[in-house]
Amino acid sequence: MTISLPASTLSSRRAPLADPREQLARLEASTAGRASFQETLRATGWPDLTPASLEIFQINLGKLCNMTCRHCHVDAGPDRSDAMMARETVDACLRALDQTSAHTVDITGGAPELHPEFRYLVDAAHARGKHVIDRCNLSVLLLQRNAGLAEWLAEREVEIVASLPHYRQRSTDAQRGDGAFEKSIAALRLLNTVGYGHGNPRRVLSLMTNPAGAFLAAPQSSAESEWKTALHRDFGITFDRLLALNNMPISRFLEWLIESDNLDSYMSRLIDSFNPGAVSGVMCRNTLSVSWDGRLFDCDFNQMLDLDAETAVGAMTIETFDVDVWQKRSVVTRAHCFGCTAGAGSSCGGSTT
Amino acid sequence: MSDHYYAPEHLKAFGSIAEGAPELGKKFFEYYSAVFAPGALTEREKALIALAVAHTVQCPYCIDAYTTESLQKGADLEQMTEAVHVACAIRGGASLVHGMQMKEHAEKVGM
Repeated sequence: MTISLPASTLSSRRAPLADPREQLARLEASTAGRASFQETLRATGWPDLTPASLEIFQINLGKLCNMTCRHCHVDAGPDRSDAMMARETVDACLRALDQTSAHTVDITGGAPELHPEFRYLVDAAHARGKHVIDRCNLSVLLLQRNAGLAEWLAEREVEIVASLPHYRQRSTDAQRGDGAFEKSIAALRLLNTVGYGHGNPRRVLSLMTNPAGAFLAAPQSSAESEWKTALHRDFGITFDRLLALNNMPISRFLEWLIESDNLDSYMSRLIDSFNPGAVSGVMCRNTLSVSWDGRLFDCDFNQMLDLDAETAVGAMTIETFDVDVWQKRSVVTRAHCFGCTAGAGSSCGGSTT
Repeated sequence: MSDHYYAPEHLKAFGSIAEGAPELGKKFFEYYSAVFAPGALTEREKALIALAVAHTVQCPYCIDAYTTESLQKGADLEQMTEAVHVACAIRGGASLVHGMQMKEHAEKVGM
C-alpha cells in the first residue's frame, strides 16, 4: 500500500516505536492466539535453539547512515551519530575474536564506512587472516569523503554485500528513496571497475535483495540468474551472487506494516510459511552479534529489539566475552524470528535452505 | 454461510473443496503444485502467466493470490502491469479478430 511516512528515523521523531518494548508489544498483540516461535520449534523437534560452531563475528559499528530507508530494521539515519562504537570497544571485539575460530568478520551498521574506526577494524581483521564482509548501502561509496574506498576495500579482499532491493528502479526507489537506484548503479559500476563481481574469489560482490513490501523474498537461485541477466543487459553490471532476505517486522518496517494495515497479514504469512527445514541454517546459530556499545546478541535483529543474549552468567559484554560460556547458551526467540524461518529461510547469508 | 459472493476467506479455505471428492481433489492439487514447480519456465514466469490469466478469467481470488506470488517470485509492478496488458491485448484482439467473420459475412451478403 502506498502510504506517506516521513523519511526520518523513529528516534528523531520520538515515535513510540523507537522503543523496542513497544515493538515487541505490537508483535505479541499481532500474533496472539498463534503458537509462539519456541512452541513451533518444539513441535518440529527443536527443544531449544542451540548454537552450532561460531563462524561469524558480526560487528555493528553504529546507527549512523547517509540514507533513511523505509524498511530499515536498525532505525539508522544521518542523525544517529548518538550510537557509534568507541575505539576501546573495537579493540575488545578484536580480543574476543582472537578467542574464537570464527572465520568471518561481518561489519555492519548503519553505514559502517562512515565510522571513523572502520578502516582500522578492516585492517585488523584482514591482518588476522579473516574473511571480512562490508555490508554496504552502495551510495556511501560515492560520497566525496569516501573517494578511493572501493579500491582500498578491493586491496584488502573485503567481500561487499550490497543492498539492492530490485534490479529495476521502481521497487528500489520505493524502499530506499528517490534516486537510490541511480546511485546504486553508479556504485556497482565503480565496484566492477576496481575488480569486484567478475568471479574473482578475492573480489566478491554479493547483492542482497529484500522485498519492497509485505511479502516473502524471491527464490534465491532462480532470481540470481534473472538478476545477472537483467543487470548485465540493462547496465553492463556483473556480480557474483544474490542473497535473498525476508524483511523483519521490526523498527521502521514494522512502522510501515502498521501504518499500511499489513501487520497482521504479514505475521500470518510468516507463521504460515514456517519451514522446519530452514531452522538449522539460521544465522543466530553460528553468529555472534556485537552492538555499538559492546553488548552481545544472538543476531542483529535481536540487537535492535534489545533482546540481549542469555548465557549462564546472564547478559555478557564484549569485554567479558568467554567463548565457552557463549557456546552453551540457548538463542532468545520472539515472534519476529518467524521471519528467518519463512519460505526458503532467511539470514544475513541469504536463504537457509 | 457468507451473505455475498467472492468471500475473501474462501481463498484460504480452498483446500477444503476436496472434501466432496477427495481423490479428485488430491489429484487436482498435486497437479496444480507440479504445474507451478520450476521447469522450462521459471517460477516467476509462471506466476506472471497465472496473473495474466487471472485477469482474463476475472477471478478475484487468483488476482490477489498471483499478485502476491508474482511479487514473491521477484517481479515488480511494471512487469506485472505489462503481464495484465498482455491479457488485455489478447482479450481485445480475440474480439476484434472475430470481426473477420463479420467482415466476410457482410461482404458475402452485401452488394
